[in-house]
Amino acid sequence: MPKRIVVPFGPQHPVLPEPIHLDLVLEDELVVDVVPSIGYIHRGLEQLVQKREFTEYVYVAERICGICSFMHALCYCQGIEHIMKVEVPDRAKYLRTIWSECSRLHSHLLWLGLFADGMGFENLFMRSWQLRESVLDVLEDTTGGRVIQGTCKVGGIRRDIGQEKLDEMHRALDPFEQQCRDLGDVFLNDETVKYRLQGLGVISKDEAYTLGAAGPTLRGSGVAVDLRETGYAAYGDLGFKPIVETAGDCYARCAVRVKEVYASIDLIRRAIDGIPEGPLDVKVKGAPDGEYFSRVEQPRGEVVHYLRGDGTKHLARARIRTPTLANIPALVKMLPGAQLADVPVVVLSIDPCISCTER
Amino acid sequence: MTMNEEQTTTSVALEDLVGEVGRLHDGGYRLVQIGCTDIGGSYEINYSFDKDYQFKNLRLTVGPEAEVPSISGIYWGAFVYENEMHDLFGIPVTGINIDFQGTFIKTAEKYPFSVTRRGGDRCRNA
Amino acid sequence: MSTMAFLKRSPWILHYDASSCNGCDIEVLACLTPLYDVERFGIINTGNPKHADILLITGGINSQNRPVVRNLYEQMPEPKVVVAIGACAATGGIFRECYNIAGGVDKVIPVDVYVPGCAARPEQIIDGVVKALGILEEKREKMTGKAEIKEGARHAAEAGEGT
Repeated sequence: MPKRIVVPFGPQHPVLPEPIHLDLVLEDELVVDVVPSIGYIHRGLEQLVQKREFTEYVYVAERICGICSFMHALCYCQGIEHIMKVEVPDRAKYLRTIWSECSRLHSHLLWLGLFADGMGFENLFMRSWQLRESVLDVLEDTTGGRVIQGTCKVGGIRRDIGQEKLDEMHRALDPFEQQCRDLGDVFLNDETVKYRLQGLGVISKDEAYTLGAAGPTLRGSGVAVDLRETGYAAYGDLGFKPIVETAGDCYARCAVRVKEVYASIDLIRRAIDGIPEGPLDVKVKGAPDGEYFSRVEQPRGEVVHYLRGDGTKHLARARIRTPTLANIPALVKMLPGAQLADVPVVVLSIDPCISCTER
Repeated sequence: MTMNEEQTTTSVALEDLVGEVGRLHDGGYRLVQIGCTDIGGSYEINYSFDKDYQFKNLRLTVGPEAEVPSISGIYWGAFVYENEMHDLFGIPVTGINIDFQGTFIKTAEKYPFSVTRRGGDRCRNA
Repeated sequence: MSTMAFLKRSPWILHYDASSCNGCDIEVLACLTPLYDVERFGIINTGNPKHADILLITGGINSQNRPVVRNLYEQMPEPKVVVAIGACAATGGIFRECYNIAGGVDKVIPVDVYVPGCAARPEQIIDGVVKALGILEEKREKMTGKAEIKEGARHAAEAGEGT
C-alpha cells in the first residue's frame, strides 16, 4: 500500500480568490480523504442585528457576499416583508427580478472565468470576464454600484429604471446573448475542456440530494430544485423551469451554469417586456414580530435567512445559511478519487463563496 | 404575487429527535439547515427539511447544558451545521461523524452566541 | 542602473482576502481582466508571496487569519508595499463592531496605502497601486543605500574626467 501523505491546500492558493483550507490525504497523487477547515473570513455579522435596526441591516445583508449581494438583500427584505405582511408593489418585484438576474449573470460569468483559470484556459478566463463587464456596466448605470448595489430595501426598492434605459437594455440583450452563446459553446463543446471535466468529481443524484447540496451542484446531478419555481418576486408571473443535467460531474455543473446564463438573459428580456407601471415602494410602519425562513435561489444555490423579530427595532436573531456551506459535504464526497492536479477544478466546480459560508 | 410556500414547524422532544429525523429521511426530505436561536436562557434548535418546496421544521428546545445527539448518522452532511452549532453556541453535540472538536470556526471569543454569556456586550470596538 | 530598477514599472502583486465580503476581491481581479487590464503594464498577479512586491489585501483582521496575513507579509522579499483595499481593510468597515473582527489590516502589518470604498472601484485600486509604486521606489532607494548612489556618482565623475 502506498504511503499516505497530507498536503495542505490553502488558505492562500493561486486558484482561490478566497481562503479555504483543505487537508488533502493523498496516496501517491490520488486523493483519498479531505478535511475542510474554514473560519478565515468569519466576521460574526449575524450578531450585528443587535446593533443595527432591521431597516439598516439590509446593508449588512448585502455585504455578506459581494457577488450575490443583491440576492442576500432580496432574501432578507422578503423575509421581513413576510413577517410584517407588507405587499410590495409589482413594479418593485419586476425590478428586483431584473437586478437579481443581472447579478446571476455577472456571478456565473465570473465563475466561468475562474473555472477556466482553474483548468488552465487563460484566454477563456479573460473572455468571460470581458463579457461580465458589460453586465456590470448595466448594474452601475441602473444602481450606481458595480458589485454592491444597495437598491433593495424593506418595502420595495430605492431606485427606478427609466423606460429609455429599459429599452436600451432590451436592445443590448440580443448581441449580448450571441456573445454568451459563443462563449458557452467553448465550455460545452471544446474537446480539451470536455476531456478535462467529464467524469471528474462525480456525485450521484441520491448522494447530492441527501447531502443537502444546493444550486447547480444539486441540479448538475439531476435533481430539479430551483427556488425560482416557488415564484417569489416576479418569477411567478414569468414562469421558470429549472435547468438540469444528469451526469453529476464537473462538466455537468459547468453546463448547468452556462445554460442558466442563457435562461437569465431570457428572464430579463421577458421581465422588461412585462414590467408594469406603478409605485416603487410602500411605507413600512412598526417593527417585525414573528419569524420566517426566507428562501431565495442564488447563483450558488438556495440561501436561507431565518429571521426572528420580537416587536422591537432590532431583530432577535438572524441566521443565514448560505449555499456554499450546504455544498461543503458534497465537496468532501467529490474529492476522493481525484488526482491532486484536479483538486482546484473540483473545488471550483461547487462555486465556493467563502465569504457567504463563514459570514 | 408573493411566495406563499407552506412552512410547518413541529416541536420535537430531545429523545425523539433522531427517530423523527429518520422518518423524514425515509420520506424523501432533504436537509436544508440546522440553526440555533437563544431564547432567554435556553436554546431553540431548528432542523429544517424540504421536499418539493414543502418546508418542514423540527423544533427542539433544550437547556444550556443539554447534550444533543448528532443526526449525521442519517444525513451525512449535517456535520457542518452541528460543528457550527458547537463552535458558535457551545452546545455539546454527541456522535458527529466528522467532529472538529471546536476547530471548525475559530472565533476570537469562544462560543460568541452562548446563552450563558448573555447580557455582556459581545460586539467589540463599538 | 541597479538590477532592481525594473520594479519601478512592473511590480508583481499578491492578493489576499483577509475577511472581506468578496466585493473588493472581485474588483481586484477585475483590474487584471480585459477592461482595465493592468497586465499590459507588466503588473502580474502572482500566487506566490516570494515573488511579490505589492500585497493587495482586502477585509479586516480576525483571529484566524491574523497569523496567515503576518506569514504572507513576512515571506515577501524587501522592498515591499502593502495596499489595504476597501473600508474593511482600513478600519473594519461595516463589520467593525462584529465580535470576530479586530479592526483594519494595520493591526497586524504596516500599511502604506489605503484605498477607500465599499466596494473599492477598479480605477481606485489602480490608483492605489500606482501610488504604491512611488513608495516602492522610495523604499528601494533607501534600501540600496546611499553608498551605491555615491559610488554611481563617483563613476560618473571619473568618466567625466576621462574625456
